[in-house]
Amino acid sequence: MAATKKEATAVDFDKIKSTMSDPYKTPLQIVDENAKIVNQKLFDNFSDDQLVDFMKKMVWERALHEQTMNFSRQGRLGFYAPTEGEEASEMGSISAMSSNDYLFPAYRDLPQLIQHGASVKQGFLWSKGNAVGNDYGDTRAWMPQIIIGAQYVETAGAALGIKKNGDKDTVAFTYTGDGGTSQGDFYEGMNFASSFQAPALFFVQNNGWAISVPRKTQTGAETLAQKAVAMGIPSIQVDGMDILAVYQATKEARDYVTAGNGPVMLETLTYRYGAHSSAGDDPSRYRTKEEEQPWFDRDPLIRLRKILTDKKLWSQEQEDKLVEEYKDSFKQEMKDAEATPKQTVTEMLKTTFEVPTPNIKKQIAEFEAKESK
Amino acid sequence: MAKLTYIKAITDGLDQVLGDDPKTLIFGEDVGKNGGVFRTTVGLQDKYGEDRVFDTPLAESGILGMSIGLAWTGWRPIPEIQFMGFTFEAVDSIAGQMARNRFRFSGKRAMPVTIRTPFGGGTHTAEMHSDNLENFFTGVPGLRVVTPSNPYDAKGLVISAVENNDPVLFMENLKLYRSMKDEVPEGHYTVPLDSAKVVREGTDVTVVAYSAEVNEALKVADKLEKENISVEVIDLRSLSPIDTDTIFASVKKTHKVVVVQEAQRMAGVGAVVASDIAENVILSLDAPIGRVAAPDTIYPWAQAENDWIPNADDIEAKVRDLVNY
Repeated sequence: MAATKKEATAVDFDKIKSTMSDPYKTPLQIVDENAKIVNQKLFDNFSDDQLVDFMKKMVWERALHEQTMNFSRQGRLGFYAPTEGEEASEMGSISAMSSNDYLFPAYRDLPQLIQHGASVKQGFLWSKGNAVGNDYGDTRAWMPQIIIGAQYVETAGAALGIKKNGDKDTVAFTYTGDGGTSQGDFYEGMNFASSFQAPALFFVQNNGWAISVPRKTQTGAETLAQKAVAMGIPSIQVDGMDILAVYQATKEARDYVTAGNGPVMLETLTYRYGAHSSAGDDPSRYRTKEEEQPWFDRDPLIRLRKILTDKKLWSQEQEDKLVEEYKDSFKQEMKDAEATPKQTVTEMLKTTFEVPTPNIKKQIAEFEAKESK
Repeated sequence: MAKLTYIKAITDGLDQVLGDDPKTLIFGEDVGKNGGVFRTTVGLQDKYGEDRVFDTPLAESGILGMSIGLAWTGWRPIPEIQFMGFTFEAVDSIAGQMARNRFRFSGKRAMPVTIRTPFGGGTHTAEMHSDNLENFFTGVPGLRVVTPSNPYDAKGLVISAVENNDPVLFMENLKLYRSMKDEVPEGHYTVPLDSAKVVREGTDVTVVAYSAEVNEALKVADKLEKENISVEVIDLRSLSPIDTDTIFASVKKTHKVVVVQEAQRMAGVGAVVASDIAENVILSLDAPIGRVAAPDTIYPWAQAENDWIPNADDIEAKVRDLVNY
């Protein structure tokens, strides 16, 4: 047998693979988990008022979460996806958006939906299962998406619509989680937006878990941000527990998108402190306390609270009072939601088509008779 | 009045709506420069520009999902899915999203999207290119499903579909595209979205059909007329909703009915029609309801498809059964 001659090779796949995530090695951060300012220049962009506003919004979101969980335990709500831990990612991003912008939220994005113009009562009605709550009037928000990924293709369409309308200073934006980046629609949506160079801003809130499936099971890619590269879309990773970094990245992304440069994708690194939903999920089945604790230590409220307290712009007393005010307002919103009559089947029949079809007309007559009794 | 083919009538209808409403958009795979793989949109990009008539990346869920965002921002999308079999990739965009949106927003937001898609057998296509998927989509609340059987209806229905403020699935029969011509008026006219049509009057047996099977039924009516058997033919035109009033009136007159579809028998449009007849006018019948439908296999491979597709012979046999009952 002849000695095997070593063949020359042309490609170093190991090298290609190991360098793919190189642009994403250092997530953007302005304030670290010890409340240390790690980027003074960027920090100096923010006025005291802005810092206080960010803190208020995060306190508001956390209070909303706590009160919502209370309502949930009392059996006064339906489906709710807890947001605790994601306040910087959600409030930082929404704060950089304009009311001109078209929002496609997913089900964990009620806080952004409300900040964008929907009322808390409407959020509660959605959770309770009453479509009257989804009448946002002129607020440019779609209702929370349940089919993970669908919001991405819809966002691409709205972005193209904005471009065709010639609307300046307007983008379409949407959110999904780490699990959502595995969906076909995630790629189709970003790819369409890229193909049309449409003004879309895509957020991936990577909170580590898609119910019980960890981020590493979703993909062999080292980061989710790098997925955008294949679609020709610039992207960055951001410390999603640092509201200043999330705001800064979003603002710059939005400026870039509105300047006509096509879409941008942002991955925020965050954590879902609680369960997937208020209905029966128990994270202790799939993750450990050892994993959770470091994330709790990175809490976005802790670090901004410390910065503000040091600057004498904030006190625990002030925060407690705010929480109480917020929770009182949520209780009132819940009362209003509870005072809203449930929809009748007749109404649902009437809202299936603009002009009821003959079969639906017959059913309207049937249910009107039944429901007027 | 010009005589147009079925496909030209659709092109003419699309030309009409593009001209009438500057917010209408046509898009999909190959619909721009190429004018569609069947040339249904030929010339429209030249006439209305690349902003109004344009190609998209090759992804059906993207095409239909995008339609939702475009509709929200004030546009009136007319997406094309190149073959109906390809809608499998976009079932969520249709059934999970588009069709539900008015209902989701308690009636406050419209979703004026017309999805055009070719379907139907007999042209020896590759797999997935001929499937009759109306059995699926007529089960989707909030979605209208229409399909013309002739050039006149094709133009009038496509105009109605586009002008309607709810999603409409507009099914175009592949075999009919170039196999028939008909007088088609110039300019704007509409055919109602939820009405069937008596396309031939008769007194002995009613045949309810749609799309290419209407022409098969008409052949049978011609043939049996020579034997003094008078067949009434109804073209459903709308598969969801179904115009039961027109069907019931005919059944009350003829007392016998055959329901025909090219699609598989299982869970079919014909089953819905038959059950509506049975529930409402069974006492007018003097024979069992007859059904003609394809066997419950996957849509067949091209070589044997003409053995599978129900044709005039199958309809004639069923009509004779009922006449002799």
